[in-house]
Amino acid sequence: MISEALVVSAVLFVIGTIGVLTRKNAIVLFMCVELMLNAVNLSFVALSKLHGNAGQVFVILVMTVAAAEAAIGLALVIAVFRHFGTVDLSSLRLLKG
Amino acid sequence: MNAPNVSGMLMLILPEVVLSVGAMITLLLGVSGADAGRSHRAAMAALATAVVGVVLAIGMLTGAPLAPGTTFIANDGFRWTLTALLCAGTGAAVVLTEAYDRRAGVARAETPALLLLAATGMTLLTAARDLMVVFLGIELMSLATYVLVAMHRTSARAAEAAVKYFLLGAFSTAFLLYGIALVYGATGSMQLEGIGSAVASGAKLPGLLMAGVALMLVGLAFKVAAAPFHLWTPDVYDGAPTAVTGFMAASVKAAAFAIFLRITAEAFAPLLADWHPVLWVLAAATMVIGNVLALGQQQIKRVLAYSSIAHAGYLLVAVVSFSAEGATALVFYLVAYTLATMGAFAVLVALSDGTDRPLVRQDLAGLRERHPWLALAFAVCVLSMLGFPLAGGVGFFAKWQVLQAALQASVPQQTLAIVLVLSSVVSGGYYLGLIAPAFMQSPVPAARPIPAPPTGVRAIAIACAVVVLVLGVLPSSLTRLAQRSAPSAFAGGPTVATTIQP
Repeated sequence: MISEALVVSAVLFVIGTIGVLTRKNAIVLFMCVELMLNAVNLSFVALSKLHGNAGQVFVILVMTVAAAEAAIGLALVIAVFRHFGTVDLSSLRLLKG
Repeated sequence: MNAPNVSGMLMLILPEVVLSVGAMITLLLGVSGADAGRSHRAAMAALATAVVGVVLAIGMLTGAPLAPGTTFIANDGFRWTLTALLCAGTGAAVVLTEAYDRRAGVARAETPALLLLAATGMTLLTAARDLMVVFLGIELMSLATYVLVAMHRTSARAAEAAVKYFLLGAFSTAFLLYGIALVYGATGSMQLEGIGSAVASGAKLPGLLMAGVALMLVGLAFKVAAAPFHLWTPDVYDGAPTAVTGFMAASVKAAAFAIFLRITAEAFAPLLADWHPVLWVLAAATMVIGNVLALGQQQIKRVLAYSSIAHAGYLLVAVVSFSAEGATALVFYLVAYTLATMGAFAVLVALSDGTDRPLVRQDLAGLRERHPWLALAFAVCVLSMLGFPLAGGVGFFAKWQVLQAALQASVPQQTLAIVLVLSSVVSGGYYLGLIAPAFMQSPVPAARPIPAPPTGVRAIAIACAVVVLVLGVLPSSLTRLAQRSAPSAFAGGPTVATTIQP
């Protein structure tokens, strides 16, 4: 059971990583990052079956921090939309060497 | 280890308590009293809090011998020296951001409060000995910094920098977290000590452990901006408000290196043979890429961003040396680097005209005639980053310490030492290119008049330069401090390093 959960978690993590690397929309990117964090949460829960409850405590911490991160991230996306009229990262080109 | 009592535990995290309470007081001052001086009073409260943090940390260093600490929070010289350094950097950043925000017309109490919250995370990182504390410290530091980058809401450049920083920062956090999960799965422990002993006694799941260590190293390499995970750095440092860039280049990087060293020393020491070659390559690549790419940059902040990548490479050499000498060199280097970076950015803040227009070399032209003392301070700080003897003060000895540590490691790192020296020579090209216009060109009339720099900013620039020069004359006092500050894992001498395969 644990190994299946770990495999699912690894698959989710890889999907999230591929999404971050290939997508250009800031909100989709952010969703992919959230997917990666939840993949990690799944791993923690599965592994805490092996090692006791420290992993479950960590999941609570990750969810709390991810909520704070979402608040900041969406605020930043709104700030970008106000300035550029789009959330497409490939059209943010003010910062170039 | 038996559970410590509550007051003992509170003593160990006293700086974090002080800094977070100070952040709350700063926010309250930002919404109370007369409108006129609100943001100034808030900044003064934040500055006072940072000073209390420095005094506290120095008090712990010079006071009674340190108790052993707990499995969560370390209580060693490393923790307190770097806490003092980070609180000092935060205090300087409070003064610089206030001056910079005032000039841009957006001074508000949130900036100093966020600086203190970031400092809480950073000081927590110097002490963390449990992966939960590591995660919370990194996130507290990073979340506050994402917001700081975007504080100038009218600047499109800042918004772009902030969203790029946020997405890549969150991405790297996911890698770090997955690494933590796998290491926990392989060893059954979140505590660095427990992980270290589980690894030393032979892991039951070596594949899981290796993957976890690799993912954690990727996450940490992102945070310290080591090549090839440095791509966010130039854009973010360029778009962020100049004073915040200084804070990120100096203090955020120092905190990330503090936890990098502690994790490698306390948890991953038995696996040295596995991660050593990886970090070796990262260190060499970071030094070369940072220094070579800096040569082609026109904007000053981008030059300093690539220079900060190069410095991450030098600091990685100290980590790779993996000995008490390496840890000493790391602490020494962080002190020198923080001083030089804060001094140089103080001068840039003094020269900014309040818009988000990027500073180019021309903006430094004739600095010697306009502000002779600032020009001198800038020259000293930049030469210190270059590691120039005498005029560069303590920067020369910082590089010297890193070189010594690399050459005296249990497996001497001659190649890294050669790369370090050669890439430092290359760095002379762009560092001198920053100083030359300040002294050799005549001033060009500015498009917008630049007001006289505030006393606080001048004081920081000149104080940093003076301390750089004084420590350059008396480096042994700083060496003694740094030697006392190696993490407790190295206290037993180079025993941990014997596992490297030559």
